[in-house]
This record gives sequence, structure tokens and C-alpha cells, in this order.
Amino acid sequence: MNQPVIDLVDVNKAYRSGSLSVQALDDVNLTIDEGEFVAILGPSGSGKSTLMHIIGCLDVPTSGVYLLGGEDVSTLDEDRLAEIRNRRIGFVFQQFNLLASLSAWRNVELPLAYSGLRRRERRERAMAALAQVGLGDRVDHRPGELSGGQQQRVAIARALVTEPALILADEPTGNLDSASTAEILGLLNDLHASGRTMVLITHEREIAAAAQRRVRIRDGRLTADIDAVTR
Amino acid sequence: MNWLDTFRTGLEAIRLHRMRSGLTVLGILIGIAAVILTVGLGEGAQSDVSAQINSLGSNLLIISPGSSTSTGGVRGGFGSASTLTTADAEALASKTVAPDIAAVAPTTSTSASLTASSTNWTTSVVGTTESWLGVRARTLQSGRFLTAADETNGSPVTVLGSTTADQLFGGTSAVGQTVTVNGVELQVVGVLTSTGSSGSSNDDDVAIVPLRVAAQRLFGGTTRTGVSTIYVEASSGSTLSAAYQEAQSELLAIHNIATSTSADFTITTQQSLLSAATSVDKTLTVLLAGIAGISLLVGGIGVMNIMLVSVTERVREIGLRKALGARPRVIRRQFLVEASVLGLAGGVLGVLVGLVGAMILPHFVSSSVTLSPTASAGAIVVAIAIGVGFGVYPAARAARLAPIDALRTE
Repeated sequence: MNQPVIDLVDVNKAYRSGSLSVQALDDVNLTIDEGEFVAILGPSGSGKSTLMHIIGCLDVPTSGVYLLGGEDVSTLDEDRLAEIRNRRIGFVFQQFNLLASLSAWRNVELPLAYSGLRRRERRERAMAALAQVGLGDRVDHRPGELSGGQQQRVAIARALVTEPALILADEPTGNLDSASTAEILGLLNDLHASGRTMVLITHEREIAAAAQRRVRIRDGRLTADIDAVTR
Repeated sequence: MNWLDTFRTGLEAIRLHRMRSGLTVLGILIGIAAVILTVGLGEGAQSDVSAQINSLGSNLLIISPGSSTSTGGVRGGFGSASTLTTADAEALASKTVAPDIAAVAPTTSTSASLTASSTNWTTSVVGTTESWLGVRARTLQSGRFLTAADETNGSPVTVLGSTTADQLFGGTSAVGQTVTVNGVELQVVGVLTSTGSSGSSNDDDVAIVPLRVAAQRLFGGTTRTGVSTIYVEASSGSTLSAAYQEAQSELLAIHNIATSTSADFTITTQQSLLSAATSVDKTLTVLLAGIAGISLLVGGIGVMNIMLVSVTERVREIGLRKALGARPRVIRRQFLVEASVLGLAGGVLGVLVGLVGAMILPHFVSSSVTLSPTASAGAIVVAIAIGVGFGVYPAARAARLAPIDALRTE
């Protein structure tokens, strides 16, 4: 029996802003198996970003258990979490989050630098990842010299350069036109086809359609798993 | 992320904000240069003074009349008579009484006008014996010094300082010429070598005459055997304190004084002269270095300020780096390296500016500036330490940022 990549059990997340307590996640249960392509669909303020932050080990739940690859994340210290983010998760953000002062390949090699690889190997792997997203001829361009779609492709190259098991994409097409959107979704599909587990967070039904399985979130609750959960 | 990568990232961040980094470096630079220059100036002034005092001679004791009391006053003898006499000097010169005293030179000194043909020149006329030359560690440029025979015979001869000789005889040789002092004709038998010192008391502007000539023929007066200063040379540096004791007990015995606290004379060593002369300089140096140190502190606060701005401005970058797997300590290290690079740059440039200042400054002030390599290296180390010290808090703040809070900031 394959262990699920992501296993959330009764996860709650409450934020406190002043005297107000906001329940961002309310008893969330979610299991994602290896190789799945899951879309988490919800309007803004539904808690979908909070869910992604918890899945991505950027934040910890207030209560409940999160098992990542069978490991209870709440027991890990900050260094170990950094290592997990570095080795096992690739992030794609809506804002691209590229460093403007660095060229494309320097942006892509960044996670490898934090995993302690030598510079030569980092460069080779960054070049390969950029070639994989079709930017082999733009490696020395800075983000400012690239279009939005190209910037997001650089970000995807950065997410896959460490060869993570899981790729988390948070509204990856939110800032893109329709042509670029199609391009990026195509890339994500390719990555999924090559065996990676993919979690896509969006508020657009059409984007979510790219995934095999769709999960709806509203007011911090997973309201419906549109396709049957296969456990 | 290894150190090289961290260093490179730090340099990139500094280069990205050239103006801001440059101003921060300037703050440190000014502080370091100020500290180096003030300390160098103080050390230069001290070495000037000690060179001047050491030029008096070596292993020297200076005995002067009157006693310095604990309140700082000077108690003199009755009337205006000096309490020291030539008899005192003769007693001290005795090997049996004072075995550790190598030579004794009693001196009297008065200002007088010297006339040579049509020129005259006012200088200090010093009456002394033949041992003065050795005790004061002087040499002759030409001619000879006073002899024991000059003293016993009261020969009308004089030895001039180089400045005095120049003033009276210009370029021509002074030896063999005649000068007139108070109507007494003196033959110039020698000229002293210039000490090259420039100070309040110019050792090159002097006319040396036999003690007996000074006392009996030039100045007369009632105290023919009185002397103004007795220079005593100890046989070596290690016997200096023994010589001091011998001179003191001998003089107390001759003067019939029971305790050294009521002595009518004062014995000064070069060391005590030195410490008296340099203590003022030291106070001033400490004061100036303190002010310079404050400017260094301000420079350090500048580093902290800029690093805090940098952390705030780069919250998103820090969050991203953390999301990509940077551990807190790697982030902390990156900001510390950045701060210490700023400190290093400020330190190195500050030392360079200090070096240039040390070359220029002596043209404006009459003091030399001593820059030691150790002080310069120390200044650079201090500058780096300031960078690190004031970078710790901003770096810790950066390291503490939660990746999620950092990424959320727009």
C-alpha cells in the first residue's frame, strides 16, 4: 500500500488579529496520493492560501496532524522544515517571486545553493531546468527583461530544479494573460505526466479543470471533493 | 550555502544599493580615520617630547635648588641665594662618597648679550666644567671643549652653540674669534654640534664658559660659588636609583638636613620629566580619541540603521529565500557578512585616509604623527567588529522572520 504524500487530519488554523479570532481552516481532512494532480478551488478569503502554506510547511496548524510523506511535521524544528521545503517541495507563486537583481539561471539555482551543491553542478542543473521550460536561450536575462509568462516559467524551473516530489502552485496564472496561462498549465501538466505530485490552488473553475481531481474550499472547510476520494 | 556564496550574495546586495552602502561606509571611514589620526598625533607628540628629554643626556639626574613640596610649591633658601654650590658638586664627584655617579656638571646660567665685532646676540650664557659635554651627551662640531685647566686658570674662553655661532659669525669659522660679554673678552675655542631639536629651550643657542669665569668675571655678585643646576650622570641605567640615593643622602648631609621631606633641593630624573611632560599630551590624546571613538560609534549606528532598512526592504526576498530552503542561520549569516563587509570597507578606507592625513597634517601642526601598523590593523579589526556588532540585531531580525509573513508582505 502506497503511503499518501499528503495526509491532513482534523487540521485547524486560527489567526488572531486584535480581539478577533479568525478560523482560517476548520477541521480539514485531505489525503493526496503520490502522482496525483489536485486542484484546490475556492474564492478569495476561503482559506485556500492558508491550506497551501500548511501543505508547503511555510506555516504550522493550530491543531490537527499533518503527515508529509508519513512524517509528522509538527515535531520538526525550523531547520528541518527548511530542509523539507528545499528538498521535497517546489513552490510556484502568483507573484512569481523572482529576485530582480539576479539573472534567470541565478534565480533557478537558488534552492540548490541552499542545499549545498557546488556551483558548477548548480549551473548545469539550472540550465537543464530552464531548457525544460523552454527558456534555454534566456538564461542570462533578468526577470525585468522577461514577459510575465516567461517569468513564471523561470519560477517553475526553480520549483523543479531540486526534483521535488511535490509541486505547490498558488494561483500560478493569476497574473497572466490567456496565452501565457495555457502555456503554464501545459507545463504543469507535463510535470504531472512525468510523475510529480501536483497541487494547484486557484479561484477559477477553468484553471481547476486542468487537474484530475478538484477539491472545493469555502470558509475554511473542504465542502466537497468534486471527484470521489480514492483512498 | 557555503561561505563563498554567502559572501557573493552579500557583495551583490551592497552593490545593488551603492549610494546607501557608500554613505554607511563613509560613516565608518570618518570614525576610523579620526581615531587613527588622533592616536597618531598623540603618539607623535609624545615621542617628540621624549626625544627632546632624552637628548638631555642619558642616565641623567638633574639637581635643582629649592624643594618641591607636596602642595606643588617650591621652598627656596633665604634671600635669593641658590642653595646649591660648587662644593656640593665636588662632593658628589667623589668616587668614595658616590661610587655610582660617573660624572657631575654644575652649571649656572644667565641671559647675556654677546658682541662680536659689529654684531651682537643675546643668548643664555652657561658656566660649567669640562664634564658637561659628556653628561649632556653633546659633541663638538669644531675646535675643543672646556678643559680642567680652563677652570683652574679661569681662562677667558667660550664654546658656542651652533645657532649662536651662526648668528655672530655667519658663515665664517667661529673658532679663534673673540666675543665680548659684559666687557670681558672671551676667545671662542669650539662650536657644539647642532642637536637639531626644536623646542621651547633651544639647546643650540648657548654660550658655554668655565664656571669660574662665569661666577667671578662675567656676573660677579655675592654668590660666587652658587650654581643653578647640577647635572649628574649615573654610571649606568641600572645604577640610576643608587646614584639618586647617594646624591640625596650626600647633599642632605652637607646641608645639615635631617629628613628628605625638608630638603632644600630637588632631584629630577629624566623619567619624571618625561611623565610630567607627556601626561598633558596623554590626557589630550585620550580626550580626542574619545571624541573620535564617539564618531566611530555613530558610524556603527549608521551600519545598524542601514541594515535594519535593508531587512525591512527585503522582507519579501528573505521570505522567498526561506521558502526555498534557507535556514535561519544562513539568513543571519548573510546579513552579518553584509554588515561586516561594510565595516571592512570603512576600516580599510579609513586607514588609507588616516595615512594620507598623517602625511599632510605635520605640514599644518608642529607635531609629527606616528601611525603604527598594529594600530592600523587594529582599526580595521575594530571596524569589522563594529559592522558585525551592529549587524547582529538586524540579522537576527531577518533570521526570525516567518517565511509566510515575509511572503505575504506586498
